[in-house]
Parts: sequence; C-alpha cells; structure tokens
Amino acid sequence: MKLRTLTLGLLSASALAFAAHAESITIATVNNGDMVRMQKLTDDFTKANPDIQLNWVTLEENVLRERVTTDIATKGGQYDVMTIGTYEVPIWAKQSWLLPLDKLGADYDVKDIIPAIAGGLSVDGKLYAAPFYGESSFVMYRKDLMEKAGLKMPDAPTWDFIKQAADKMTDRANGVNGVCLRGKAGWGENMAFLTAMSNSFGARWFDENWKPQFDQPEWKKTLQFYVDLMKADGPEGASSNGFNENLALFQQGKCGMWIDATVAASFVSDPKNSTVADKVGYALAPDNGLGKRGNWLWAWSLAIPAGTKKADAAEKFVSWATSKHYAELVASKEGWANVPPGTRSSLYANPEYQKAAPFAKMTLESINAADPTHPTVKPVPYVGVQFVAIPEFQGLGTTVGQLFSAALAGQSSVDDALKQAQDAATATMTEGGYIK
Amino acid sequence: MARAVTTRHKTIATAAAWIVALLIFFPILYTIITSFKSEQEAIQGFNLIPSGTFESYSEVQAQSGYFKFFLNSVLLSVGSTILALLVAIPAAWSMAFSPTKRTKDILMWMLSTKMMPAVAVLFPIYLIFRDTGLLDSRIGLMVMLMLINLPIVVWMLYTYFREIPGEILEAARMDGASLWNEIIYVLTPMAVPGIASTMLLNIILAWNEAFWTIRLTTTDAAPLTAFISSFSSPQGLFWAKLSAASTLAIAPILIMGWFSQKQLVRGLTFGAVK
Repeated sequence: MKLRTLTLGLLSASALAFAAHAESITIATVNNGDMVRMQKLTDDFTKANPDIQLNWVTLEENVLRERVTTDIATKGGQYDVMTIGTYEVPIWAKQSWLLPLDKLGADYDVKDIIPAIAGGLSVDGKLYAAPFYGESSFVMYRKDLMEKAGLKMPDAPTWDFIKQAADKMTDRANGVNGVCLRGKAGWGENMAFLTAMSNSFGARWFDENWKPQFDQPEWKKTLQFYVDLMKADGPEGASSNGFNENLALFQQGKCGMWIDATVAASFVSDPKNSTVADKVGYALAPDNGLGKRGNWLWAWSLAIPAGTKKADAAEKFVSWATSKHYAELVASKEGWANVPPGTRSSLYANPEYQKAAPFAKMTLESINAADPTHPTVKPVPYVGVQFVAIPEFQGLGTTVGQLFSAALAGQSSVDDALKQAQDAATATMTEGGYIK
Repeated sequence: MARAVTTRHKTIATAAAWIVALLIFFPILYTIITSFKSEQEAIQGFNLIPSGTFESYSEVQAQSGYFKFFLNSVLLSVGSTILALLVAIPAAWSMAFSPTKRTKDILMWMLSTKMMPAVAVLFPIYLIFRDTGLLDSRIGLMVMLMLINLPIVVWMLYTYFREIPGEILEAARMDGASLWNEIIYVLTPMAVPGIASTMLLNIILAWNEAFWTIRLTTTDAAPLTAFISSFSSPQGLFWAKLSAASTLAIAPILIMGWFSQKQLVRGLTFGAVK
C-alpha cells in the first residue's frame, strides 16, 4: 500500500514538474480556417520570442465555450489565451474574468480597430479582447438568376424586394430555391439571424424594464414574414439548416439568395469548392426603412483570462496575432484574400486587399451598419445586435430558437411559438431577478 | 423433414444476425466511407460510393499530430484498466467469497454511481483536480477513468468469481495457502478468461470515454477524443475531415477488438451455461 501511494505521489509530482517547465502559453481556439492558418504561421512569433512556447487546444465551438467557462469560473488557469466572441466579452469583463488589454505595444494602433467592433469588445472604455476576425451578415445572391428574373439587386435592398426576388427566382422543378436562411435551433444559429432580422422590423427582445416583447406586433411581423418567405421560397427541411448546410446548398447552386455571415463570401467565391463562384453578388442586409438593418456583428477575439500566471507572454501573443504585421505576414505567404477580415480599417483602405477581395467594400459597410450599443429602433437595456449580452441568453436564446424552428417546420403556429417564447422569456427574466 | 426445417431456421437466424450486425456496424462503416470523400461530397446527402480521395487524411495529419493523442489514449486506457483491476479484484473477491447480508446493497450502491449524469459532478471534480494540480495530467485522468469504470469492473469480476466453486479455495486453504497465495495462485488463474474480458472491455470503455477526457485535459494529457473534437468547425465544411479523424481514432481499438474477439466473447459468456 505504502509503495503504491509513493509511486502515485512520485508520478503526479513528475507530471506537475513537466507542466511547470518552460514559459509556455496555452491558447484555446475553434477550428475555423483563419485560426488554422494562424497556427501554421506561429514560427514568425516564436522566432521573435524564443522564450515563449505555444500550445494549441482546438475544440468544437460549444465544447470550447463550456470548457473555457468552467475554467474561467473556477479560475482553473488552464488557458492563457482564449478565443471568445462578442457575446462573452462584455459579460465576462463585468465579472472581472478577463484582463484589460492595455499593453499591446506602441505600434499596435488600437485606433485602427473598426469602431463598431472595438465597441463590442470594450467595457467602460477599456478593451478586454482583441478582434482576430470580425464579421457582419449580408445578402449573397446569384447575379445570373437575378438577371433571369428581370430584377436588379440594389446595394441596400428592402425586405419587400427580397420577397419579390425570391418569389421570382424560385424554380423548384430545377432545384432552385429563391432564398436560403438559417432554421436550425440555437442562440448562435437561427436566433442570430432572427434577432438581427427583428431589429430591422422594429422589434426588440426586452423593453427598458427587461419585460420580454414577444407579445408585440413587431415580433409577430418578423416571424410571420420569415415563415411565409421560407415556406414559399426556402429549401426543403430548412428547419435543420445552419451555416454549413446553407453554404453547401449555395455552393451547389441551389439558392438564389443567402443572407448570412460576411465570412461566407470567401467560401462561395472560391472556385475550388463553389460551382457558382463567378456568379455571386453582394448587397447589404435588408431593412424596412426604420433606420436599422437586419445584419449582425460578431468578432472572434483573443482574450486573456484573469486566472493566468503568464499575462505578459499572453498579451505579447495577442498583440502579434491581431496586429497589422500579422495581416502583412498572411498576405505575403497566402495572398491578401486570406487575411482575416473585419478588424482593422487600414485593411479596407489597402488597394491590394480591395482588388483581391471583391466583397471587401460590402463587408466593411455591413460591419459599420451594425451598432451593438444601440442595436434596435426602440431603446433597450442591453448590448448586442444578434444576441442579448446577459448570461441567461444562451439558454433562453436556444429555447426560443427551438420554438421558432418548430414554427418554421410547421409543427406550431407563429402565434403559438410567440406566446410560448413570451412565457419562457418572462419565466427566465423573473427567475434571474431582472423583473421585480 | 426435420433437418430441412432446422436448416431453414438456421439460414433465417444467420440472416437476421447479419442484418443486426450490419445495422450496428453501419454508422462506423459510413464514417469510414465519408472519410474518403471530398468535403463537397460529404455534405451532399446519402452516398455509399466515395471518390476515394485521401485529402482529408493528409489535412488531418498536417493540422494536428495524431501520434501524441494516440499515445495518451493508450496510456490512459491501459493505465486506468490496471488501476481498476488492482482495486476491483480484491473487492470482487471479498464479496464473492465472503458475502454478508449487505453485499447486494453494496453492489447496487456502486452501480448507482453510474446512474448519475457525469455533468452533475463536473464542478466538484474540476475543483478537486485544480486544487491537487491534476488538471491536464495523465495520472489524474487515469484515476478518473478508473473511478468511473470501477462499478462495471467490480460487477463483472464479481459475476465471474461467483462461478468458481468455493470448495477449490477451501482445498487451497487446507493446504496452507495464505490469503494472497489463494488470490494469486488459485483464484486468478481460474478467473483469467473473466479478468481478460473485463480488461478488454474496460480498455474499450476508457478509450471511448469522451466527457472527462475532453473536460479535464488541455494539451499534455489530451487523448484521441480531443483530437476528434478539434475537427468540427462552426464556419466551413468539415464532415470528411471529422470522419477521417474519427476513423483514425477508432481504428486501433477496432483492430484490437477484432483480434481479441474470441477472448471477449468467451469471457462475456463465461458461466452462462451450467
């Protein structure tokens, strides 16, 4: 027994010793093309900082979110840099879970970060995460089908125009659906799209006193329009389509229009994978003339958890990965079209980038058209365009997403879905102490 | 006539067995097929004939080294199994050969720990691991995997041990064997098929465990489950790459299962016919 205890003790001691040796920082990230590319280019960083070693942990988005939340809430200290989105940053910064980034270096040029993005990552004027790539959403459409329909897509279409164009483009006999939109339930799936869309219909999740607003006519208009549009012109089984499913449909030429993340532009215009690469046009997300468009704002960003013991090394890395120098590095190795988009104004002013990325102008305009601090027509007590930056939103957003997905699938009526959403939101907000 | 009926029954039974086996194996087969498709093919709907590209495999290998994860999987599954046997053999032995009124209750209580969802104890376990410095360590994970599989190991061994006539042990005692001698020289050799199949099953369970192995590791101790998880992408097509990663991750255990089939089946049916 003694011997075994001793062996166990020795083994765990050696395991500890192994972990403590060398200044290595652990970076948690998701498996997106831009992130994978960054991992390949880290030689540039380690050459300049030979005393810092980088360890990567790549995880599926939801697993990553759960892992980093567990670690940060318990101050486990497993990660020194974590990839999080604009949803987490304001919430976690308020909890003092993140370190403010104030030592990014003299040549970092914080002012160059696109203001809408920087606003979403700051609390009380302090930047808590550096954007690695940013995105909004916009309309991607088939120029050839639009022409065939005898229509011309304006730069800033209205929802009525989208409906009209979708009706004309739909040709189900030939497998063409006028419009493809997200239907898969989830706060980051259909609710990202529907919440952004509802902003342009004048709807909001909560009024100034955190009272849920699903019983208001604006939400009814939003959801009814969405369900009707998808029934008439959407693909079959749309209630299980997320980003990747719609991407595949669009690449195979089965969608006339697709309203989704601006980052999709580089996929649909890539001739290697897309059969319609040379036929894609871009336009701003639709509106209803109320002063807000239906586009969102998201930035995968690098943040440093408060529990880290290697804050300086971590900040050096964050500064490198989100710098102008990194953009130039990617451009020199893989071309300007592969530079992570949506974070720096200087990138969009660069003529070489404009030439390499035909969607550059529309992407920047879309990002600028989103304002996370004033996302809706009527005033709201929260931050966030396609989400509400409160901890309860992940659970509530997904519940409401399931109700709306069921309405799209025809399992419930629009009125029923909205009523249940109102009840669920009221219960959550009462429980959370928002409604007194 | 009777023979004809038997043959027909046999054919039907064989066909039925094949169908069931195919149904069970199909998800794995489809994963393997998908791993030889391009990303476009993979998402295009049901198709059993891949274009036969190895693109996904080379991309998966280029993106993250397989071997490090593989080594961790081997160490964790074998290590946790050895730990589990060290604890479970004495436990099962005492319950099988010196049962008390409460033995059944103890067994049920052990099993009841398997009925709780793992996530319910995520935070307490995470805090214990944090405070003992065991996060992302192989030894910590070995202990964890040992603990979660222990009820099954004890139960299996208990069932096997019960099949061994107590008289043989008594005879050994009459010849002057000590307690340890009795366990090591008499009981263990007789229970080898049972122990072997328990061991194999436990290795498989530990190899496939995906809740704790992902949540308690970051880089140093991460096994193949973490390797698979890294290929799912929120933006971009990934089914073929994910399938290639899964195929690489399950191949070793599948091959091991194949070779030890006889032992596994013999152990599992040990004592079934009296």
